[in-house]
Amino acid sequence: MQKKDFHITAETGIHARPATMLVQSASKYESDIMLEYNGKSVNLKSIMGVMSLGVGQGADVTITIEGNDEEEAMEGIVATMASEGLGE
Amino acid sequence: MSIKVTGIAASDGFAKAKVYQLVEPDLSVKRVDIQDSASEINRLDQAIDQSIHELHKIREIAAESLGEEEAQVFDAHVMVLSDPELVQQVKDKIESESVNAEFAFEEVTEMFVQMFEAMEDNAYMRERAADIRDVRKRVLAALLGVTLPNPAGIDEEVIVVAHDLTPSDTAQLNKKYVKAFVTNIGGRTSHSAIMARSLEIPAIVGTGDITEKAPQGTLLLVDGVKGEVIINPSAEEEAAHEKAAADFAELKKVWQKLRDEKSVTADGVEVEIAANIGTPRDMEGVLHYGADGVGLYRTEFLYMDSNELPSEDKQFVAYKEVLEQAGDQPVVVRTMDIGGDKKLPYLKLSSELNPFLGYRAIRISLDQDEIFRTQLRALIRASIYGNLHIMFPMIATIEEFKQAKAIFEEEKEKLINESVEISNDIKIGIMVEIPSSAVIADQFAKEVDFFSIGTNDLIQYTMAADRMNERVSYLYQPYSPAILRLIKHVIDSAHKEGIWTGMCGEMAGDPIAVPLLIGLGLDEFSIGASDVLKNRSLIRKLDSKEMASLANKALYECQTAEEVKALVEKIVHQ
Repeated sequence: MQKKDFHITAETGIHARPATMLVQSASKYESDIMLEYNGKSVNLKSIMGVMSLGVGQGADVTITIEGNDEEEAMEGIVATMASEGLGE
Repeated sequence: MSIKVTGIAASDGFAKAKVYQLVEPDLSVKRVDIQDSASEINRLDQAIDQSIHELHKIREIAAESLGEEEAQVFDAHVMVLSDPELVQQVKDKIESESVNAEFAFEEVTEMFVQMFEAMEDNAYMRERAADIRDVRKRVLAALLGVTLPNPAGIDEEVIVVAHDLTPSDTAQLNKKYVKAFVTNIGGRTSHSAIMARSLEIPAIVGTGDITEKAPQGTLLLVDGVKGEVIINPSAEEEAAHEKAAADFAELKKVWQKLRDEKSVTADGVEVEIAANIGTPRDMEGVLHYGADGVGLYRTEFLYMDSNELPSEDKQFVAYKEVLEQAGDQPVVVRTMDIGGDKKLPYLKLSSELNPFLGYRAIRISLDQDEIFRTQLRALIRASIYGNLHIMFPMIATIEEFKQAKAIFEEEKEKLINESVEISNDIKIGIMVEIPSSAVIADQFAKEVDFFSIGTNDLIQYTMAADRMNERVSYLYQPYSPAILRLIKHVIDSAHKEGIWTGMCGEMAGDPIAVPLLIGLGLDEFSIGASDVLKNRSLIRKLDSKEMASLANKALYECQTAEEVKALVEKIVHQ
């Protein structure tokens, strides 16, 4: 299992276009990918799930990945987080 | 056998093409208890696959006809349908409650819609809610085995036939393929009619039942000058239509020769024929048809085409562009006229029993003055780029005007203190569209720099008749002596104080009304850009003194609108 914490720096939080990009990125992998925030956990492949969390600027979130391509997936997610200016 | 249907000629021109019916099918869903949840889930999967397939196709067409940016909305739709959470919840519901796929899908999507709509101050999420609603229609249609209309997907020449068209429907119509449209309801001033004139495609509205008479695929002839539709025409009718279309094209050429001529009566009285616009894009038509300026810039489109209140900078860019393109010519910008039939998804207005008599236009601007101040600042900043006139809509009392003007002065002062370069000659006027302000026009004339009479509202408020209500629309009488006397009072009051009066309603382009308005001394006519030359051609034939005595007769000797119309027809149009 891969697990990583992110601090969200994007002004709008995980919303709008960055959320779409993050979900698209996650959907490329086979592994189960979960996004946890404020004690709630959602499927990172679900745009509705991600947006319903309402992750704002300054939030600390955790992403856990479990499956065959988990290492690759984490690399991909980290890259998207960085390229979309979401956080680190 | 051909069938002839008449309606209101909303936008002129001629067209011949097959019918494309834009009709939303019945998508109502009933809860049904089912035995075999596996086969129900299978139906759901198939419907979703089919919908995604359709969306990919629509996206492709939309990218080509409307551009990549407009097409991206369909990516969002595909994403919603590919959402594992959404789909899983629907499947769980089908299994756990033994219900049909339609019902489960509607319930689950509704829950997300409610959740996203409840997120306050978040335009993006509300847009997603709208996406879910849109996508839901597609999936339900697939499940119910009905076909959805899809205006952006039209890829052959058609005439769109619909009960009515919303602004978003018309925005999706591709002018390359949509040759005309015909609707059951609406008038010359409804949104669809205004859009047709700005797209410059012929339109006939208010036909009553065109959707029942003209089935999908039948051949249609549209005469947007007479307001006549022929369904399944004979060879003779087609030939006559072709000839009328050619004659009309010829006439337009004649008008085009007047492009650089002055708007002046036969006896040398100069007036101004300006154009109405909704967006900076419309300036193309204004310049093409040689209008003498912009008589009405409807700024609501800046608010309506957006997911949030447009920022000061965004507005500034639009105003600057219009002012620059107009050069020295006057540009009359009407401040936000939201409310009534124009709603904003992000500005919560409670629904009212009488929206046209309710919280709208300047009433909102004075109540939520931060929105108003943003607009005024953007306008004042843009003033340096042209000849700016600011006009307040729906002014009923002198106090409202003074309050609005004071806010303007405050913002102007602030900008001067911020060392922003601005014009020192910004004109401030009001739209005269409420009878109370027309009645005390003599008092208003001492306070304002100009008047512009908004006849659409002035007529419906004076006659107490909703122009969209077919049962009372006969009371929408621009030629009524009552209306004409109000107009005369406004013009006379303005001239007494040395200011000018314009008109920016439909009446300013009406061939019966124009001779009367010349006779009454109207200074400015603001109409759709494509009607400017037709109007100029008419005015150049009129003698202002003759028209003054004609107007006098119409106002004081005629008792009815019909008599006025007959009089003008006899004297002016033979």
